[in-house]
Amino acid sequence: MRIALFITCFNDTMFPDTGKAVVRLLERLGHTVDFPAGQACCGQMHFNTGYRREAKPMVGRFAEAFAGYEAVVTPSGSCAGMVRDYHKVLDPEVDPPPVYELSELLVDVLGVTDVGAYFPHRVTYHPTCHSLRMLRVGDKPLKLLRAVRGIDLVELPAAESCCGFGGTFALKNADTSDAMLADKMRHVQSTGAEVLTAGDNSCLMHIGGGLSRLRTGVGTRHLAEILAAQEGDA
Amino acid sequence: MPDNVTWLGTPAFPEAARTALGNNQLRTNLRKATGTIRDKRLAVTGELADWEQLRDAGAALKLRTLRHLDSHLVRLEEAVTKAGGTVHWAADAAEANRIVTELVRATGQTEVVKVKSMATAEIGLNEALAESGISAYETDLAELIVQLGDDRPSHILVPAIHRNRAEIREIFRGAMGEWGRAAPDDLTDEPRDLAEAARLHLREKFLRAKVAVSGANFAAADTGTVGVVESEGNGRMCLTLPETLITVMGIEKVLPSFADLEVFLQLLPRSSTGERMNPYTSMWTGTTEGDGPSDFHLVLLDNGRTATLGDEVGRQALGCIRCSACLNVCPVYERTGGHAYGSVYPGPIGAVLTPQLVGVADKQAASLPFASTLCGACYDACPVKINIPEVLVHLRARAVDEKRGPVPSPETLVMKAAAMTLSSPRRLGWAQRFGAIGGRLVSRGGRIGRLPGPLKRWSDTRDTPVPARESFRAWWQRTRGEGRS
Ligand code: SF4
Repeated sequence: MRIALFITCFNDTMFPDTGKAVVRLLERLGHTVDFPAGQACCGQMHFNTGYRREAKPMVGRFAEAFAGYEAVVTPSGSCAGMVRDYHKVLDPEVDPPPVYELSELLVDVLGVTDVGAYFPHRVTYHPTCHSLRMLRVGDKPLKLLRAVRGIDLVELPAAESCCGFGGTFALKNADTSDAMLADKMRHVQSTGAEVLTAGDNSCLMHIGGGLSRLRTGVGTRHLAEILAAQEGDA
Repeated sequence: MPDNVTWLGTPAFPEAARTALGNNQLRTNLRKATGTIRDKRLAVTGELADWEQLRDAGAALKLRTLRHLDSHLVRLEEAVTKAGGTVHWAADAAEANRIVTELVRATGQTEVVKVKSMATAEIGLNEALAESGISAYETDLAELIVQLGDDRPSHILVPAIHRNRAEIREIFRGAMGEWGRAAPDDLTDEPRDLAEAARLHLREKFLRAKVAVSGANFAAADTGTVGVVESEGNGRMCLTLPETLITVMGIEKVLPSFADLEVFLQLLPRSSTGERMNPYTSMWTGTTEGDGPSDFHLVLLDNGRTATLGDEVGRQALGCIRCSACLNVCPVYERTGGHAYGSVYPGPIGAVLTPQLVGVADKQAASLPFASTLCGACYDACPVKINIPEVLVHLRARAVDEKRGPVPSPETLVMKAAAMTLSSPRRLGWAQRFGAIGGRLVSRGGRIGRLPGPLKRWSDTRDTPVPARESFRAWWQRTRGEGRS
């Protein structure tokens, strides 16, 4: 299948390895990945912060960049949710192509749960709010993780509680965000995991940033990077 | 104008939250209380096979009713009048307070007993009555605790959720005597003893009261039946013993027909207290000779509701049945408690209702839609499927637009610059190259530590990775060539 990758401006800039992992994974499964160079941002930050006027041009650009694709994949639950739920609200004229978050594409569209990955680490999974409650990905990411060889997957207590990131919320309501982050970190640490994974690097940057500041020794990895990993990888 | 939709002097949410977050006792009480009630709610909503259909039915009924609110209200007025009651219309808090005060004055009484009511808290009725020399006694146990403690409610269903039993004992011992029958000297903090002290204190008031004031959970337009749902039975005392009953009800509480209660009497208790059925459901239709109050007044309150109805996205907030499920599941509310919202309506519903009732020009109210991570837990829990996240982002846009003036604020400038960059792949590419260089300059060991300026609060508690030396698009271009543009 020919699949267009929507990298998201955030991953493009901060976490290109996640994008490379998506490409590697999908090509390994026998699919063709395109990267439409006209893509930029989905407008989520502006929309969620109340700057609709500023977000609207991004909606048009998105539809243009991905026009004609049968499937678009993105390694971000919240950006997928933005396109799916709100692009039409911002601009009723546009008709965005179907956008799938990575686990949705793999399980629902491509019909795989065992992607042939190998990741010999103790891992815990945080279901991000938008993938859980906007996209309803359910246990698809867990199905994919359970099939990874070598993995020691441990359950995260109070997994469905928000981590406190919320985009500009973390700046505007920094104290409340800190309090939520503290609880999330406590739960992550209680699992004894070496790696925390999720389907969204924004939440991971927030939780991982706190874990790093406290020198907890727990790292973060996007789901795509675990699924792309294979025996022989460094 | 006494008006409690927002409490004067409460700072904007971020600042009020900071104070609340530092109160460890509050944090413990809230964690325990919200945790318990969450589990109970999940258990009793999960056991109904048709729970989702019930929610759909509730949501549809509310939206349909709101669309023809005017005609339902007129029907309600006719039915109540026919059954022997009197209907009054109040455009705002001041008018509602004036109507109630005059009605009480006409009875010659200087005391009223009260059933727990959000509407009367919203208009600041107790304070308005006090100005006219009328004492209003709260009879709901939690409201009593709040009133005796000279405090504010912090939850719509459990107004004293921020207090634990040791604190309640101190409040009872300190203040009950001033308001009526004092608490015994040897009062313990056992729930049974506390309840007994409250019972004796309140019983005296019930037996003496000639006038009661209540709110209403619903009113059926076809029969004129008004209803109150509660757990303690104190409400029923107020609704049946006095001679005069004055009910203040928000206009959105009307239902087209008595039969619609079938849906809401299932949705409400399961969502609010996690019970299959609430202990007391009191209903009355006008007046009945020799049974209950002989004089009944229904005050229909607008106070910003018609304006809210005019907002196509925001109006769904008027469908709220005040179950408080959204508060109990909210990760922000769980940590800050209700006082930080500075309004009688705290939590997610408060964050969408308060700014609509008072307008987003109010700085404190305008901060409320931003007091959310948009995690969506409230929407999942709401028995009438109010899409709270959708209304939150809608109100954020209204708040931002309200502030747009000839001179853009620093935030607007940043957002405009970001929009310029993020809407063009070329400019984004430039920014990525600059960001990678800048990031490397301030980083140590591959991580960015504390930063000055607008990112200070982010970086105070979190390390940030350095922007990649080569962005994804640069990598793609280098390894795969142009691609489609
Ligand atoms: S908004 Fe929904 S969940 Fe919240 S109190 Fe109202 S009815 Fe209950």
